[in-house]
Amino acid sequence: MRTFAKIFLATILTLNLILGLACSGDPIGGGDGTTDSSGNISLQGAGASFPKPIYEKWVNEYQKINPKIRIDYQSKGSGGGQKDIIAEIVNFGASDDPMKDEDMEKAKGEILHIPTVLGAVVMTYNLEGVDKPLNLTPEVIAAIYLGDIKKWNDPKIAADNGDVKLPDAEILPIYRNDSSGTTAVFTDYLAKTVPAFKEKIGASKQPNWVKGVGAGAPRNDGVMGQVKQTPNTIGYVEIAFAKANKLPTALIKNKAGNFVDATIDNVSAAAAGSIKDMPEDMRVKITNAEGDNTYPISSYTYILVYKQQKDAVKGKALVDFLWWAVHDGSQYAKALHYAPLPKEVVEKVEAKIYSITADGKPLREKAKAAGE
Amino acid sequence: MLIFATTILLTVVAMIFMMVWNSMPTIKQFGIGFLFGRDWQPASDIYGALPFIYGTIVSSLIALIIAVPLSLGIAIFLVEQAPKKVATPIAFLVELLAAIPSVVYGLWGIFVLAPFIRNYLGVFLQDYFGWLPLFQGRLTGIGMLTGGMIMALMVTPIITAVVRDVLEVVPTQQREAALALGATKWETTKIVLGNAASGIAGAVVLGLGRALGETMAVTMVIGNSPQISASLFEPAYTIASVLAANFAEATDSLYLSALIEMGLVLFLVTFVVNGFAKLLVARVAKGTGTAKVT
Amino acid sequence: MSEAIHNRRKFVSSIMTTVTAACAIFAIAVLILILSYIAYRGIAAINWEFIVSTPKPVGEGGGIGNAIAGSAMMTLLASLIGLPIGIGAGVYLAEFGDKWYGNTIRFLSDTLIGVPSIIVGIFIYTLIVLPMQRQSGLAGAIALAIIMIPIVARTTEEMIRLVPKSMREGALALGAPQWRVTWDIVMPAAASGIATGAMLSIARISGETAPLLFTALNSRFYNWYYDKPMSSLTVQIYNFATGPFEVEHQMAWAATLILVGLILVINIIVRIFTRKKF
Repeated sequence: MRTFAKIFLATILTLNLILGLACSGDPIGGGDGTTDSSGNISLQGAGASFPKPIYEKWVNEYQKINPKIRIDYQSKGSGGGQKDIIAEIVNFGASDDPMKDEDMEKAKGEILHIPTVLGAVVMTYNLEGVDKPLNLTPEVIAAIYLGDIKKWNDPKIAADNGDVKLPDAEILPIYRNDSSGTTAVFTDYLAKTVPAFKEKIGASKQPNWVKGVGAGAPRNDGVMGQVKQTPNTIGYVEIAFAKANKLPTALIKNKAGNFVDATIDNVSAAAAGSIKDMPEDMRVKITNAEGDNTYPISSYTYILVYKQQKDAVKGKALVDFLWWAVHDGSQYAKALHYAPLPKEVVEKVEAKIYSITADGKPLREKAKAAGE
Repeated sequence: MLIFATTILLTVVAMIFMMVWNSMPTIKQFGIGFLFGRDWQPASDIYGALPFIYGTIVSSLIALIIAVPLSLGIAIFLVEQAPKKVATPIAFLVELLAAIPSVVYGLWGIFVLAPFIRNYLGVFLQDYFGWLPLFQGRLTGIGMLTGGMIMALMVTPIITAVVRDVLEVVPTQQREAALALGATKWETTKIVLGNAASGIAGAVVLGLGRALGETMAVTMVIGNSPQISASLFEPAYTIASVLAANFAEATDSLYLSALIEMGLVLFLVTFVVNGFAKLLVARVAKGTGTAKVT
Repeated sequence: MSEAIHNRRKFVSSIMTTVTAACAIFAIAVLILILSYIAYRGIAAINWEFIVSTPKPVGEGGGIGNAIAGSAMMTLLASLIGLPIGIGAGVYLAEFGDKWYGNTIRFLSDTLIGVPSIIVGIFIYTLIVLPMQRQSGLAGAIALAIIMIPIVARTTEEMIRLVPKSMREGALALGAPQWRVTWDIVMPAAASGIATGAMLSIARISGETAPLLFTALNSRFYNWYYDKPMSSLTVQIYNFATGPFEVEHQMAWAATLILVGLILVINIIVRIFTRKKF
């Protein structure tokens, strides 16, 4: 396959030359040039679309401090980020979903998961005349998606929403029909809390939805559009989509029995509440975490990097950027509806960053870091 | 010239090779059953392509049923009926329809066409033709009909452009002869159409090709639900849109393999459709005897 | 009696004229509807800074200058690769393509036209991006060229076949060799048709998103090298449109307006150019 590819590539390139259009810049086919003619160091990242706004903010701010370092982040989906880091065509990947063991094994080196910020999945709905946030329990949400609750004025919904006047209308639940990290978090939560949901739908990036219940839409914006456009719908989206568009969001009953809103503090609380469950490699799901104010449908988003960096200069730039992102960078999170990492997690991330090496040497040394 | 033509052969061979190679896992696991399977459940690693094949073909047919008469009408008007001064700018405007990117058709479909179907066209069809299974069921504005109609708009300029070129080449003498014998304008047009039949069939194939592979716009309005339903208002799914929606996120190797095999299936569908169209063209050409355009 | 038949024939004829005119008016109405909708949604966000600057984090303005440059560069390179190959293949099909080999190529071209563009993207990802270990403008341009080639080949063939036989036969009878006949007689006669085909194919590829997503990716910077990830209007529009922020949605419509505007300008230029020649 590779040889074949090279022949094809050579043919095209020759044609290209015949046409008098050589590609200038770094030599093609060779490794990524470390610096370009003006001494800039460029890093390429790609992956999850969920953290795109904050990563764009970070690389932009970081360039103001370090003008020589040009970092580019492009969103193509979590799966794309995982594929690209495995194929080594980016300096860092990004994914909302922790990588699976079998995928980690495909990579040529050890891949580290660096959590950067936290996000939440919220329930949004289109109900005319209801201006107070609804209270929803996981059992009610699961029953809606299983088709067991069919009307908005069902007594099970009304039970937790005493003074809200619910319409006598059919509920149309909207789900994601593409493979998605948002769905993974949402179904992980319901599968953890409701046995019937786990049995019939299960936790997955793309589960088998019950036939004849609800309608599918692609991507967060697709679900948001459907809910906005169609009366009596309910759907789940990433928090930024709901907040930035001022959609109503439901309060969800957490493990402690309180109905909580997806505020930034409540999402951070989910990370703090689940810290004892965090494994050494930091791949963890934090739905239905402990804590009085914990918002239960929360999750981390990760940057994926190789533990052994091939290029010391680029590796150093990457490590310094990651360090900056989880420390100074966290101040930009709230404005973009992300929750910053709690202190305990930042400490764990620091240890991970120290462990990144090139040519056998750590790229960031503890003593030096302490002096900063 | 031969080298250039061979480039096409090499590209297709390389593509088929790549697709077959990468879809081996599902080919091995499901065999031919993949094509007839009605279930698509990535979570349980069950993959059947039938709903997608159905959705691709039916939505393309809807597109052609609308686009072919429309394009023929436009082309006839431009070449046979309208004075040149009117025809040139109109022809240009129609070609511009082809210049609008797919993703824009999709956005327009969500905001304008889907509500139109939900509130007007769908209601009308259910009122008068509701006894047909085609028009029964839930009316959300997102579904097979909307997908087909968006596609129709997208292939119309392509079919029109080719039909127009074909009609323009039919020698003027034929028209003059017919008119001289006392034929009306429409009767003359019918003679011209007969002589251009094979070219027109070619234009339709070109349009069908575009419709089968159309991705972005259709994904946004067809509802993306892998089911086979008699109702045109129900959501459906096409091969191209399942690829677009899921390829980026799919890391599981069997899932990836299933998606790429879907691409291969689309290749095969296009093969069959093309072969069928060729057969049609050959028959039309035979039927009109010596009246072949070239 | 014959008077009545005559009137009926005339009546049918005028009905058909009306019907065909209605078809044309309908198509134009749809065009105007779509264009005015784009203009309505996009016009507010367009200003000079938007056209020349590079993207900034959400809420801080920024623009699509690098995306315009990247789209132009990739379309140019795709055309430089795709047009000669496509036209060459088309000439081959028309002039020598009646044997089994020509029929095969023709059949494959038709099939290739029907391949969804995302497949082309996946194909180039495995073929060029993975061996090169980077996403690049080159990979994007080749993906676009592959989409372009069969379209150009088939329209070129159609156009050449439409050149009357008598023209070639006349030239051949005068003793001109086959290649001269093709080059000096057939090609000029078919040129305007071929240009239409080329134009349609450029319009088609400049609106493509799917094949660029995995190949050229996108970039925050102005990039003049084909071996680096390159921004494009369509991928940028896709990113803007699928994000959560209303500011970005507005930028998506504005970028769409610019993209459609650019395509419109290309169309008009080509039109003027081809008309002058003939």
